[in-house]
This record gives sequence, structure tokens and C-alpha cells, in this order.
Amino acid sequence: MSYVLGLKCRECGEKYPQKGVHVCEVCFGPLEVQYDYAAMRGKVTRESIASKPRNLWRYRDLLPIHGEPKAGLYSGWTPLRRAYNLEKVLGVKELYIKDDSANYPTWSYKERVVSVAITKAIELGYDTVGCASTGNLANSVAAHAAVAGLKAFVMIPHDLEQGKVLGSLIFGPTMVRIEGNYDDVNRLCSEIADKYKWAIVNVNLRPFYTEGAKTFGFEVAEQLGWKLPKHTVCPTAGGTILPKIYKAYQEFIDLGLVADNQPKIYSAQAAGCNPVVEAIRAGHDLIKPQKPKTIAKSIAIGNPADGFYVVQAVKQSGGWGEDATDAEIVDAIKLLARTEGTWTEPAGGTTLAATIKLINSGRIPRDESICVCITGNGLKTVEVVVDQLEPPASIPPKLDAFDALMAKYQAQQTQTPAKVPAGV
Amino acid sequence: MAIKIRIPTPLRSVTNGADMVEVQAGTVDEALKNLCGQFNGMEKRLYKQPGELNRFVNIYVNDEDIRFLNNLQTPIKDGDDVSVVPAIAGG
Repeated sequence: MSYVLGLKCRECGEKYPQKGVHVCEVCFGPLEVQYDYAAMRGKVTRESIASKPRNLWRYRDLLPIHGEPKAGLYSGWTPLRRAYNLEKVLGVKELYIKDDSANYPTWSYKERVVSVAITKAIELGYDTVGCASTGNLANSVAAHAAVAGLKAFVMIPHDLEQGKVLGSLIFGPTMVRIEGNYDDVNRLCSEIADKYKWAIVNVNLRPFYTEGAKTFGFEVAEQLGWKLPKHTVCPTAGGTILPKIYKAYQEFIDLGLVADNQPKIYSAQAAGCNPVVEAIRAGHDLIKPQKPKTIAKSIAIGNPADGFYVVQAVKQSGGWGEDATDAEIVDAIKLLARTEGTWTEPAGGTTLAATIKLINSGRIPRDESICVCITGNGLKTVEVVVDQLEPPASIPPKLDAFDALMAKYQAQQTQTPAKVPAGV
Repeated sequence: MAIKIRIPTPLRSVTNGADMVEVQAGTVDEALKNLCGQFNGMEKRLYKQPGELNRFVNIYVNDEDIRFLNNLQTPIKDGDDVSVVPAIAGG
């Protein structure tokens, strides 16, 4: 059973059947999947969802597939955790971490979009998939394509972290490093999709792909006990996930699955690549592209395709945008690890750092519920912390040596007060 | 010699399938207007109104986004390569 009606241009309203087409032929606007929400009423319920297995496909009625899921049967349903330690440090009442650093099998939110895109690629008859990626998407496409028996071509900027590169290569795709930044890779991929007739998941499968990001928001709502956090802070790169989390919240509200608490959503970007936050601050819809310069490579997209919709969702919800410097990003990565035991990549550090600034500036009240969206895993980006951590002491295997070391530590502790994380 | 405009798939229904169109022009705006003059239906696909492109139309001159140059008034010369590229989701 599918509730999908077809595709419709978000800009001009032109309608299309479901196929591998990503932009409106009339105005170049992005295409959006249309659903028959009226037919869902009374059928898509808390009970119908809760009766399904704990993976992202429990929301399949709200996803654009026709047959059975073909990928990601073990993806999604990542932890939503109350962050008690971080609450104390930040002086807030109710803080949650939605932790996609634990998303199986490649440890980022991309499993959500790729599971839907690969399933759709198979439904549409493609035998080859691909992507333009800052790393996480390539990892996920490569892994899911391997399982599904599809050929995979993944294109990345030439200067990615080693963990992101190896994290794709291990699954055996054809990987091509493009000598340029992500926006150059993206542009090339749009030409490749044209010429080679592959399913490039974030290009010609974009309308289906982006819908998968809704499952992040659905899970937050369900795991919170069928209610919405008042404030959700989300990283912004190309602009896929933030509007889709907001859409997920609105779909659950419209279907009567959660109460409408008028949730607010906030965009977090690195200061070295903040075109969307700049637009939000300036109060206009025009996104001025930038040349990215930040350690947060996974979100270093200077020309965000869906940036306009991020601004719209933020504005409509009454949220805001905030950015973080590279130093603030690293501090926040360490803070999250040392309070909550989650090691995130710079995108997650950016989101937490932005959350802290939004709290300190009073944009987010300390006594309302807050959800921080962690979308990637720090093990893939060891480069950003390798010089930021004290190297371990090395001693001979003798108790004397250990005793001497402990005495040294004790002396140090009496000299210097305990470290308070910066940015708090 | 002339200016080459690269046409993406979604626009080829308008150019009778052509993926490259040659025009004479001194600025990006002139090149696009020339293109619009040659093909029915091109103008409403590219322009929201005169002087303003549709939100999701990206134009590149020799690999550089015109928003980093002088937008529609970016000067171009014979042999330059102009690409029309739809905006792409991120990753």
C-alpha cells in the first residue's frame, strides 16, 4: 500500500509522475513527493507505526516507495537520549541528544536518505547508483549498494578526511576524488547524471532521497513519547535534513499523532561556511554562495541547494540560525564526549556549539525542551582532534614508574584548577 | 569563435535536444537573452523577471559561479564556456 500521488514542483506546482527526475522542467524548482494524507487518516496511527520493526521503515507509509524496502532494514531507530550531564553544564532543564552517530551501518544520518533512494533506484530499474558527497553520503551509498548488489560510483572532494575515504573504499565502490570543493563535485555530478543515466541519489533521485530525512524527525517525536521537543537544533549543509525534520513534525501534527506545541527549529553552520545563517540573520531569502573554509568538511557546502527551504522553515517556526568557529566546534566535540559519551564529527560539534550560543543569547529559553541533532560520528574525522588531545604518558612496566607518574599528576592537580570547557 | 552555452537535460526539451548552443554576447545576460531569443519557452525557465534569474538556476562562466563574479553583468568573451546548472541537494 502506498499513499504516494506523484511529484510536484515546490516552486510552480507543475506535476510529474514518479521517475528519476529531480528538477522541474518549467522553472528548475525542486520536486517534492505528494501524498494522499486524507487516505492516511485513521490508518496511519501511533499503533500502526509502533507495531512495525524498530528501523526507519516503520514510517514507510510516509515514505515514497511502492513495494517492500530493499535497503536499510537495520538502519534508523537511533538513540534519543536525555543528556542529564550536559543539562547541568549548560544550565538547562530538558535536553536531548538524537544520536545518528550510532546509525547503522555507516554511522551517520545518511542511512535514512540512502535507504529510501536505493529502494527507489531498484523500483525504477536502475542498476548503478552514485552520489556527490562530503564523505558520509558516499560511505552510506557504498555500503547499501554493496548489500543490494548495485554498482556504485561515489564522487568526493579531493581533500576529505581519511576515515571518510576508507569508509567508502572498504565497500568496493568506484570512488573518484574531484579536484575541487563540494560544490564543484555537485556540479559535475549533475552532468554525470545527465550523461550516464545512473541513479545519482542526491541528484536525479533527490525528491525520494530527501524524504528519507523525515525519519529523523519521526523518531524524535515517537521516542519522546509521541510529543515534539520545543526547540530542535540541526546542522545545515545542502539544506536537506532541517526542512524535512520540520516537515516530519508537521505531518505528525496533521495526522493527529502528536500535539502541536509550535516547535521551533534552528540552523547551525560553521562560521567558515555559513550562507544560510547569514541569510537568516539578514532577514532575506537569498542565499549568497560562499567558498567554504572550515574543519567541518561534512557541512562545507557553500552553495546549498535547499538553503532557501531551510530559511523558510526556520522563519515559519520562529527559530533562528547560529554559527560556530573551528575552535568552538572542537570544544563542543570534546564537551559532548566528556559529558555524554558521544563522539561526534565536526558537524555535531557545530550543532552543539550553536545550541550553546543560542541558549546563552536567550534565543532558546533554559526551561524548555531542546533536541540537539547529532548527524555523524567522530571516528571518521580523527584529524580534527588529533592535535587537540593530550597524548598519553608512556612508561616502563614498573610500579615505581607508575607511582612517579601518579605523584606528578597529583602535583599538577594541586597547581591547576580543573578545566572548564570553553564556550560554556 | 563564439560563446558556448552548455544546456542541462531539463532544458533540452526546449532546445530540441541540443546540449550545446553557440551565441554571440559580451555579458552573461546578453548570452542568456540571445539563447531565449532562439528557443521558445526558454525565457520563463531561466528568468523570474528581466534581470532576475529563477531561484534554482545557477550559471557558471568557465567553472566559476557568476554570483562570485558580477552576476548577470559578468563580461564574457569568445571561447568562454557558460553552463546552466540546476541546484543540487547536498551530501
